Amino acid sequence: MSATTPNSAAASTRSTGGDTVKAAAGLGEVLLSARSLTKRFGGLAANQDVSLDLWRDRIHAVIGPNGAGKSTLTNLLSGDLPPTSGTVMLGGHDITGHPPHEISRRGLGRSYQKTNIFLPLTVEENVRLASQSRQRHRPWNPMHWVDVATGQAAVAERCERAIELAGLTERRAIVAGTCSHGEQRQLEIAMTLATQPQVLLLDEPLAGMGVAEAERMVELLLRLKADHAIMLVEHDMDAVFTLADHLTVMVNGQVIASGTPEAIRRDAGVQAAYLGEEH
Amino acid sequence: MSAPKSHLETLPRSVQFLLATAVVGLALFPLMGSDYALQSLSRMMILAIFAMSLDLLQGVTGLVSLGHAAYFGLAGYALAFLSPASDPAALWWTLPAAMLFSGAAALIIGFFVVRTHGIYFIMVTMAFAQMVFYLFFDNRALGGSDGIYVNIRPASGPIDLENKVTLFYVCLASMLLVYAFLRRLLWSSFGRALVGIRINEHRMKAVGYSTFGYKLSAFTLAGALAGLAGYLWGALNGFVNPELMGFHMSAHAIMMVILGGMGNFAGAAIGAFVFEGVLHWVKDLPQVGGVRLGDHWQLWMGLFIVAVVILAPRGVLGLASSLLARLRGEGRAK
Amino acid sequence: MTLANFLIQLLNSVQYGLLLFMLAAGLTLIFGIMGVVNLAHGSFYMLGAYLAYTLAAKMGSLPLAIVVGAVLAGVFGFLLERVLFRHFYHRDHLDQVLLTFGLIYVFEELRAIIWGNDVLGVKTPEFLDWSIPLTDTLSYPVYRLFISGVCIALAIALYLLISKTRLGMKIRAGAFNRDMTESLGINIELIHALVFGLGVGLAVVAGMVASPVSSVYPNMGSPVLIMCFVVVVIGGIGSVRGALIAALLVGLVDTFGKVLLPQVAGMLVYMLMAAVLLWRPEGLFKQ
Repeated sequence: MSATTPNSAAASTRSTGGDTVKAAAGLGEVLLSARSLTKRFGGLAANQDVSLDLWRDRIHAVIGPNGAGKSTLTNLLSGDLPPTSGTVMLGGHDITGHPPHEISRRGLGRSYQKTNIFLPLTVEENVRLASQSRQRHRPWNPMHWVDVATGQAAVAERCERAIELAGLTERRAIVAGTCSHGEQRQLEIAMTLATQPQVLLLDEPLAGMGVAEAERMVELLLRLKADHAIMLVEHDMDAVFTLADHLTVMVNGQVIASGTPEAIRRDAGVQAAYLGEEH
Repeated sequence: MSAPKSHLETLPRSVQFLLATAVVGLALFPLMGSDYALQSLSRMMILAIFAMSLDLLQGVTGLVSLGHAAYFGLAGYALAFLSPASDPAALWWTLPAAMLFSGAAALIIGFFVVRTHGIYFIMVTMAFAQMVFYLFFDNRALGGSDGIYVNIRPASGPIDLENKVTLFYVCLASMLLVYAFLRRLLWSSFGRALVGIRINEHRMKAVGYSTFGYKLSAFTLAGALAGLAGYLWGALNGFVNPELMGFHMSAHAIMMVILGGMGNFAGAAIGAFVFEGVLHWVKDLPQVGGVRLGDHWQLWMGLFIVAVVILAPRGVLGLASSLLARLRGEGRAK
Repeated sequence: MTLANFLIQLLNSVQYGLLLFMLAAGLTLIFGIMGVVNLAHGSFYMLGAYLAYTLAAKMGSLPLAIVVGAVLAGVFGFLLERVLFRHFYHRDHLDQVLLTFGLIYVFEELRAIIWGNDVLGVKTPEFLDWSIPLTDTLSYPVYRLFISGVCIALAIALYLLISKTRLGMKIRAGAFNRDMTESLGINIELIHALVFGLGVGLAVVAGMVASPVSSVYPNMGSPVLIMCFVVVVIGGIGSVRGALIAALLVGLVDTFGKVLLPQVAGMLVYMLMAAVLLWRPEGLFKQ
């Protein structure tokens, strides 16, 4: 029951799992792979049999109405929630049910829908802390009780690069709590980038942004595409169709369609469930 | 639990100057002060060390421990047990040994306690300290409710703690060393990570920190430093009893840290001096109209504590920095 | 251990556990619903004992005194919440710890001013002042059974209140989602004051009913408070069911521990707590 168009490079499919997704031609190296993820809260299945892949140099957008389970999916992939069943593989390693800090160390970075930063600290301190996490040290090593945090070269370098990428160089000394909403969203991204992850899970990075800010964010994401595998959860359809190489549509915790943007746009079922109601 | 709080970390110049003056004053004090005052001040400096060790946990890392006195008392008892009946204990190794003992206890208890959060953490730290309390209180072999004497104060070479002036300077030096060490730690990678954990532990985990290890390390280090204070207390008073590990002692320590201002260690030290000062003053209140006010010191102390929590939750340093900001014409410092 | 001895210790365990439950139930409700940690909860227990001393003497009857005391305690708790505690719900747990610790000092001193520092006694009511014989030499005091009986009756009443009445439903709703409950037109502030009054009332009644057995003395609230905290930690914050099970468990471990292993008796309960924490860091029954 799959709808195909002659020019699509990848097949659009209604199947919710299996290798049809992986076998999509022209998508490249798989960096993260989720299979049959299910998450139950009591009797409610927030995610049901969800599978998805993230490829290097590609943006995979996940869309769907509110309550579709997109945030739950992000939490399952980042380790914030353990799945009831299913597996997640990151760069060949099975990370299913692993704690968030381990998954982060394996090269996954995640930004939050609800800004999750260190409000009383400056922008630079926020990013520096994130970058410091990659320092190879144990907290019980007394050497690190007496070093100078801001004097660590490698940490500073990662921090610089992340601040520049996010466009926050001018605002680095401002306390995060006093920044504008848009700047705080940029800071969200900067912190995610500071750990130099290979896989990025971005949860509504454009939420609440003005037109100019949103444009800047879209530019940033296009720049980030190279060398990263990106999963983008978004409601802003213009941005989604500009950015996405691949789309997955979720409704009521299940994947109802997955394919190229053109194929999804034309898919009658998706239109009925979601696209037709928006915009 | 609570909104992420920013604590005063860099002290205003004027405050730094005042503190430096106070330290000089302390250093010169033995030249003119009475024996009794010397003992009082030594006591306050020891409590300052105890309070600073708690500030590492409470002010910096955001872990509210209602059982920190356990590590204070354990080191005091270590000194008592390591002191021969009619000779001074050797200061050079018994001091580190006592600190190690307290640190080890903190490591073991911390292993259970650090995995809890919020109210649970407060309650289990209190419970484990009570366990240590009853361990000593119920066992005659460990001194029981009466406690144990330290017959002769420790000594090593020229440093003999039987000499009140020497003891005073040892307390002063210890307090300054602990302060310098903790200030350095505050700005180290470890210290910055602890502050991050206090402000937003969830994000710290999300960016890759194994926060359990950090918290346990802080807990252990704080315990060892409390042990330093406990050892000196035992040396000062020549006597240890289970009350040193009691609930009141732990709560007083929390009070000292809050009273001074959390998160910068200077506040904790100031809080210790102020708290002890108020306690002394309140117990010595005169008779008014046939009522010995000093006898009811618990009431005054209780009201004082309630007043501080309601009126000055950021403590003396918080008040001072707000005042300075207002004098400079800025808005209210947050 | 003979059967009679075992029975005696078992009854003692249950009695102690049930008393602990009375205190822990109030504490866990107040924690769970209002998020307030209250170190002065032990002071309410002490207040109960002293109240029993005064009221029983004035009224000539302990059971009557208990009823009057319960009402007074409820009102006192209600007022205390309105005047003081309600301003601390949004404050740090740290501030709450200190505030309530200061209150302990204030209550202790007020107690000393009103009643002095002597150890006082409360007479067991005559109609309960006898023992059931178990063997030729051993018997069990009926008054202790009365204590357990009162606690069980109150526990059942609490259960019925919370799960079967509309007030109980509102309380549970308020615990689950405060904003939603408020927007449904339910006066959440009144609920909070009532819950606090209830918690204080339970603690005071526990102190009153136990007073003939425990005597009345300064600082009697502290050891009970600690045990109470252990019970709440083991049972899980906010879970009244957890508090009951944990209280009985603690009662058993403590009582039998003192008899069988007196050297480590004081530490056994904490070891139990440590074991539970390893297995479930948030207590047996998460809210």
